[in-house]
Order: sequence, then structure tokens, then C-alpha cells
Amino acid sequence: MSIKIDLLKCVGCGKCLETCPGNLIFRNDESKAFIKYPEECWGCTACLKECPVQAINYYLGVDIGGKGTYLNTKKEKTLLHWHIFKPNNEEIIITTNETEGNKY
Amino acid sequence: MRLETKILKTDVLVIGGGTAGCYAALTLSKNEDMNVIVVDKANIKRSGCLAAGVNAINAYINKGHTPEEFVDYVKKEAEGIIREDLVYSIAKNLNKVTKHMENIGLTILKDSEGEYVSRGKRSIKINGENIKPLLANEVNLKTNINSLNKVNIIDYIIKNGVVIGAYGFHIEENIFYVIYSKAVICTTGGASGLYKPNNPGFSKHKMWYSPFNTGAGYAMGIRAGAEMTSFEMRFIALRCKDTIAPTGTVAQGIGAKQVNASGNEYVKNYGKPLTTIRLFATVEENSKGLGPCYLKTKGISGEAQEELYKAYLNMAPAQTLKWIEEGVGPSEENLEIEGTEPYIVGGHAASGYWVDTKRATTISGLYAAGDVAGGSPKKYVTGCFVEGEIAADAATEFINNKNNVHIGKEEIRSRVLYLETFLKDEDGMFSINNVEEAMQKVMDEYAGGISKNYVYSSTRLKIASKKIEELLALTSKLRAKDMRELLQIYEVIDRLYVCKVLIVHLLARKETRWKCYGENADFKEKDENLLKYVNTIYKDGKVQVVFRNLVKRDEVYEH
Repeated sequence: MSIKIDLLKCVGCGKCLETCPGNLIFRNDESKAFIKYPEECWGCTACLKECPVQAINYYLGVDIGGKGTYLNTKKEKTLLHWHIFKPNNEEIIITTNETEGNKY
Repeated sequence: MRLETKILKTDVLVIGGGTAGCYAALTLSKNEDMNVIVVDKANIKRSGCLAAGVNAINAYINKGHTPEEFVDYVKKEAEGIIREDLVYSIAKNLNKVTKHMENIGLTILKDSEGEYVSRGKRSIKINGENIKPLLANEVNLKTNINSLNKVNIIDYIIKNGVVIGAYGFHIEENIFYVIYSKAVICTTGGASGLYKPNNPGFSKHKMWYSPFNTGAGYAMGIRAGAEMTSFEMRFIALRCKDTIAPTGTVAQGIGAKQVNASGNEYVKNYGKPLTTIRLFATVEENSKGLGPCYLKTKGISGEAQEELYKAYLNMAPAQTLKWIEEGVGPSEENLEIEGTEPYIVGGHAASGYWVDTKRATTISGLYAAGDVAGGSPKKYVTGCFVEGEIAADAATEFINNKNNVHIGKEEIRSRVLYLETFLKDEDGMFSINNVEEAMQKVMDEYAGGISKNYVYSSTRLKIASKKIEELLALTSKLRAKDMRELLQIYEVIDRLYVCKVLIVHLLARKETRWKCYGENADFKEKDENLLKYVNTIYKDGKVQVVFRNLVKRDEVYEH
């Protein structure tokens, strides 16, 4: 359970490292973000939601059933698009709306 | 490494900008002359328990129900060991704080007549994904609240028996903080990470409670000699296997029943379906070889499955990812469940500071609210808001006509030197993680962790006690390369203090009042003579036990 940050996409804005509730993300020599303590991630997705360029990918550790699927998020007004990428390149998008209550 | 000292001054210091802390700060800020500092070791935008969101408001008085019924329910669930005065004061204000949250932007599901949609007697349906940013935004809008992010508080400053502020350090810059305040409200949450977790490997932090709630507030209170209550009422959650995501969404949301490997509903075989019994029944089925146990979701509609995917994304995204990763959703396969490791927490169970009805602790000038405050289980998110408000009102009254009190340079210097010892440029024999893992192993094996089906005995607890003392002694040899590592050292020290006190509580309650939460192999039954609170005070290097009589709901309890 953790995140990986795509250094090619990261623009070095620093929002993820400011927001991470575990203070787990730091800057590398090129001022880009990287997760220094990947095994300490709670999996809250706060960083994904801060990232303006979808550079942060969230995945399940192999010890809890991870097989390589990952997700990132894109905000559009009140909508949050959850892009899930499977190892076979299949992409699934689930959209939640902050103005709609959970049915369950 | 040298530390620079920064001195700050405020009227009220709130330690921990989570659920209770943010609400306390907002309440304090209504007084325009009041200057407030909210200090958080991370950033209040997503810190605390609400980081990923929350799936429902689970403490609410729905139409046709009363606050009195709420107190009765909590009392029954906790087998009598609650502070009725505290729970009642919460129950009477749950709906008011919920309305306030709706006013600041929280989405609450409504029916065609504009009424909140209930999820059982005491719950309402919401979209809680953005609850923490909404709350933090309100705090940041107030000009008389200063949010001090990325500063970890380590101890209270006490002069003549009164709390006059707190010490802390920045977790990135080499700065030691001395913060003077006329009153302090502690809202640091409970303690996770004491026991070996469900996923001890790479995903060790994929747990029920925030892994960043390390019991700092408990530990500071213990070291300062504050009275603590009910640590022995541990909390163990029944959760989705691996992801440790909530089960309520499926159990209450779609009404799924707990079934064993043969598909039989088993909870009814173990008595009334209290929260503890649903967990105990699962542990028993597994130990009889009848597991794994599941929530029976197979056969739900495709539409229901899609809604579950969304509901989990709004609070525990790992579970939705897991279903999609497996390629098999809950409509096709039942959801496996398991019990977590034990946590010490005042929001679900009753562990925390012994407070009076106004949430004053036993140390003058110090108030507690939320998960760090004891005596009132099942307060959950809205109960934490109410307690934040009550503590803020009491602190406001306390500081009237008071001035800031200071300490001398010598005292500050000795604290700085102590911290600089940990920052010496030398290698410790053991790493910080080594000590943390050793503590979790001791607690798991000797203080009733997962591997022992949550059962403990006096003999085992005494071994745990000795080993925890040894580990505590070792912490003085730990070394940090930077401020982030210094934070880790403090987190493990704080957890060890919580373990030390927890063991004394477990030894003192010579009965089994709660299945799993407090299952004593030497005393397997309930003892009605122990319808009392087990409290402790750490004094002169010893944890002393005090038994106190139950407090009734209409009493105003004063220390």
C-alpha cells in the first residue's frame, strides 16, 4: 500500500509534501517530489488529490494483494475522476461527486 | 546538530489540528479578542483521522430518537463503563454540530422531503471525502487562529502545577519551540501502532486508525502526572481483510450478514450482536476452523456494486482498488473480514484523560477533547466536534483575567540539550524501527494481540511490563540524523509510555468485561464489583491505580 511519483510528470509544486499527513514525501536534488518512506503510507490519497498533473500513482502492496494496478485522480469542479489502470493497459474511470451523498 | 529556539505566545494553544482540534479552534475564534495557535505535526488540511474522508456520520440523533436513548445505547455497548455525564453532554449537541458542518459545505444525503437519510438509528448518510479540507479551510479563514503546521509537540510546560504552554520542534527545520499559552487543549487523538499490525510487512500502515496518531497526547499527560482512565478498554475493529477498510458500509449500508466458510450466519450463536460480539464471534469461528469469515455480498445488484465502489473511494480507496485489481467485485464474491490489532482510543472505546464535565483534565490549565479524552465511547466524528466545543468554552472561561506565565532560560536550555543528544552525529546500535517492531512483538505476544486471539493473562502481562521497561530504557540510545527522525524517536517513546500504562490497566481489571477488547484468561467472567473506572496516575516513576465510582448522566463531575 503506497504511492509512486512519476518524476517525468512532477512539476515540483510541493503541494503533496506539504499535505501528506505522515510527512513521508520529500524533494530530490532536482526539486521534484519522491516518497522517502513508502512503507509508512496510510493510503489516504491526500497527495493524489493535491497533485495538479496526475503524477502520483496509488497501488496496493504485494502483501495485500497488489498485482500492478494503480490509480490516480483528476479533479473537475465538484467531480473527482478516479483513473484506474490495470496491468493489461485497461483503464477504468469511476467518478464521484462531492455534492452527492454516499448511497451506503 | 544545534537547535535554534523560537518562543511564541498565545491565549490558547490547541495541540493537534484534527477533528476535535479544528472544532475547538473554531469555537475559540468566535471571541474576536482571542488569539489561538493550532499546532500539528503534519498539515491540518488532511491530518488526523479524517485524511481520506469518512463514510457516514455515525453519532447523530435521528427523528423519533432521543439523546437519552443514545446514552443508554453507549452504556450497553460498553457494558456499563462509561461516563454518562460526558456521553449525555455529547448526545445533546450532536445534531447542532452536524448542522454546522452542513453549513460549511458538507454534503448530507436528503430524501424527497429534504430530511437527512438515516443509516440505522444513529447514523446519517453523507459524502465525507472532503470533510477535513472543509474544516481546515474554515480554520484558515479565521484571522485570530494561527495554524502552525509541521511542528511536533513533545511535552507540556508546567509551572506551580499549572500548564502554561508546551515544548515542540519543527520536523524539517532545526527549530525548538517554546509556546506559552494561558490554557492548552489537547486533541492529539488516540494511539495506533502499539501492537503488531494485520499487515506487518510493506503495508504495515494499512491499518484502521491513523498510523500517525501515536499516542503523543496520552504520553505527554502521563509524563505530566495527569490521571488517565479506561486504557484497558482496548478497541479492535472488524474490517475488510488486507485493506482494513470499514465494514459498516456493507454491513449497515446494504444489510450484509456475517457468514462463515460454509455460508452459515454465526454471530447469533454467540449472544446479543454487540460490536464486541460480532468481533468475538469471528475470532471464535476462525479458531474452530470454520473460517474464513465474510460479509455476504454475493448476489447484490450491479448498481449496488457501483455504489459501493464510490462509497469506498470516498473514505477507503484501497478497497475499491482491491476489487478492481482482483477483477471480482462484491456482487460475485463475499467480502472477507478480520479483526485488527488493538488500538487505544477514546472515540470508539473509552481510553483517555480523566476529565470533568467541562473536559478539564486533572492538571490545571489543561483540557482534552476527542479521541484523547476518556470516558465517552462511540463519540466518533460528531462527538469529537462537540467535545472540542465544550473544551473551548471551558478554556475561554479559564483564561479570563489571566496572563501568560514564563519559565527561565536555564529550563529551556536543558530541554534543548536533551533533544540535541538524540541528534548527535553517531550511530545508535538499534534503529528506531527496530525498537518499534520489538515493542509491537512484545505487545502482540504478551499483552493480547492478534496472534493470541486478544487474550492475555497476569503472567504474560508481567513479562510484557518488564520488556516494555527495557525498551523504554533503550530509547535514550537512539539517534536521529535529522528532525524527521527525531519525530520518529518521539513517536516510539510516546507509544512505549502508552504501552506501559496500558499494561497496568489490563492487570488491574481482574475480570473479562468485554470480549476481545479486554479478555483476561485468569478472570474469564464479569465481576459486578468492578463496575468502576480503572484510572492511573504516573508519579515518582510508578503507575498508580485508582478505582473510581461510576458517574451518572445528570451529575456535574468536578475534580
